[in-house]
Amino acid sequence: MLSTLWASELTARLHQRFGDEVTEYSTYLAQNFLVCSPNAAIPIVEFLRAECGYDFLVDITAVDYPKRDNRFDLIYTLYSYAANDRVRVKTAIHERARPASATSIFTGANWLEREIFDMFGIEFEGHPDLRRILLPEEWSGFPLRKDHSILKQDDVWVRENLGIESGQ
Amino acid sequence: MAESTFLDASELVLNMGPQHPSTHGVLRVILKLDGEKVLGTECVIGYLHRGVEKIGENRTYVQFAPYVDRMDYVSAVANGLGYCLAVEKLLNATAPPRAEVTRVILTEFNRISSHLLWLGTHAIDMGATTPLFYTFREREEILKIFENYCGARLTTHAFRIGGLQYELYDGFEEQVRTFCAAFDRHVDEYEELLTHNRIWMGRLKGVGVLTADECKEYGVTGPVLRASGVRWDLRKAMPYSGYERYDFDIPTGANGDSYDRYLVRMAEMRQSLRIIKQAVEAIPKGPIMAKVPKVIKPPAGEVYVSTESPKGELGYFLVSDGTVHPYRVRVRPPSFVNLQALDRMVRGALVADVVAIIGTIDIVLGEVDR
Repeated sequence: MLSTLWASELTARLHQRFGDEVTEYSTYLAQNFLVCSPNAAIPIVEFLRAECGYDFLVDITAVDYPKRDNRFDLIYTLYSYAANDRVRVKTAIHERARPASATSIFTGANWLEREIFDMFGIEFEGHPDLRRILLPEEWSGFPLRKDHSILKQDDVWVRENLGIESGQ
Repeated sequence: MAESTFLDASELVLNMGPQHPSTHGVLRVILKLDGEKVLGTECVIGYLHRGVEKIGENRTYVQFAPYVDRMDYVSAVANGLGYCLAVEKLLNATAPPRAEVTRVILTEFNRISSHLLWLGTHAIDMGATTPLFYTFREREEILKIFENYCGARLTTHAFRIGGLQYELYDGFEEQVRTFCAAFDRHVDEYEELLTHNRIWMGRLKGVGVLTADECKEYGVTGPVLRASGVRWDLRKAMPYSGYERYDFDIPTGANGDSYDRYLVRMAEMRQSLRIIKQAVEAIPKGPIMAKVPKVIKPPAGEVYVSTESPKGELGYFLVSDGTVHPYRVRVRPPSFVNLQALDRMVRGALVADVVAIIGTIDIVLGEVDR
């Protein structure tokens, strides 16, 4: 099933404000999302919160497409309590890009971005405390990248800290 | 928290956990204290990290289903429901009515059992040993229903993509009705023990206040959000599995403190009971499995599907590339997001309050760490 064009009052406002920065407004299986240029993602999230009432940052996550030039998709899911509506803001960023942090807009973005850093190695510019959150701080490797095998682990860390050859 | 702040002579740094009973698992909280007063915290998590999202990418859609039970292991049924709904959304399929009603009954039972476990253990944290014996008595009855239905008590894997694997067993309705007839009175019993108990009120009232605005800022959901006065529940806001057909209320609190979170969960158990009572009288006849292909291979695309788990909004963001393996499985864990607000809630409180606050957020570390 293909996605269809998403056109509403909200998209009109976004288009007026951000113009060509947003490259796609789509609806897939009754879920709305937009695709924008990397630098526009945070301004759009801020605009959605401040002026459109999307006051709940549900989730931030990433998806790895190693064969693409812009390797990672960053996805912000926002919800409006007043309008009972959910939208996704999606952008593709380069492997070495340092996207802006959403922590200045939503305090709750802190751990979500730390987890993305932990799992994908994406560094957020302006994050107050960008450290690993689930894995040990000295761990090397970013497990949710596609080129990271499921069996791979930081053997050196395991040997030094757990005193065993392998955890598997 | 900057390292240098720990060196101030008047401040004491205390490690709570990861082997502390009141952290309900392997949560380590580094407390910065001035005497008994908490100045700040830092949560160290990840001790239970098993890489559930990575495992998801390396399994087929069907194979991955049992893994989601191991995240929030006290509400495995609710985890499974969310995952099945997400894959069904990708497939553009819906479970048949009989399966939907059964799912609702089991999921609401799971909500009750999760809240019962929470209540019993939280009461122990607060020094009240008795309620645990009462709550586990009823929880046992619920687990027996799960066991009769699918053979497992905790990590049930009760649902399948497209519906259910098992028909309801003989005597299911009867067993559910027996439970329902007695349970309201049992909730009264717990409330009698606790609600107006002076020690209980003293330990919880005004402790760990989180305002509605703070909840939204942190993305906090579930009973914690509702205790702060926000009347929001995904079962009402974006109904799934036919929740719009049932008559139930969303209990809310007014003060956003630990006591209100307790009251909200107590009221939620009664509401879940109401839903079960309606559902068990209206189980339609018919198939229990939708016509989904033997090999689950959703068309390429992305969906985000969320359900109201006992802890809050449990979301699954699935990316399909058209193969039998999900390209990406993202779990939006309510416990992880709610735990982040701990620091805001404990600042200025006493060490003993930290136990009450961790307890009333109701986290399960299996879900925080995944």
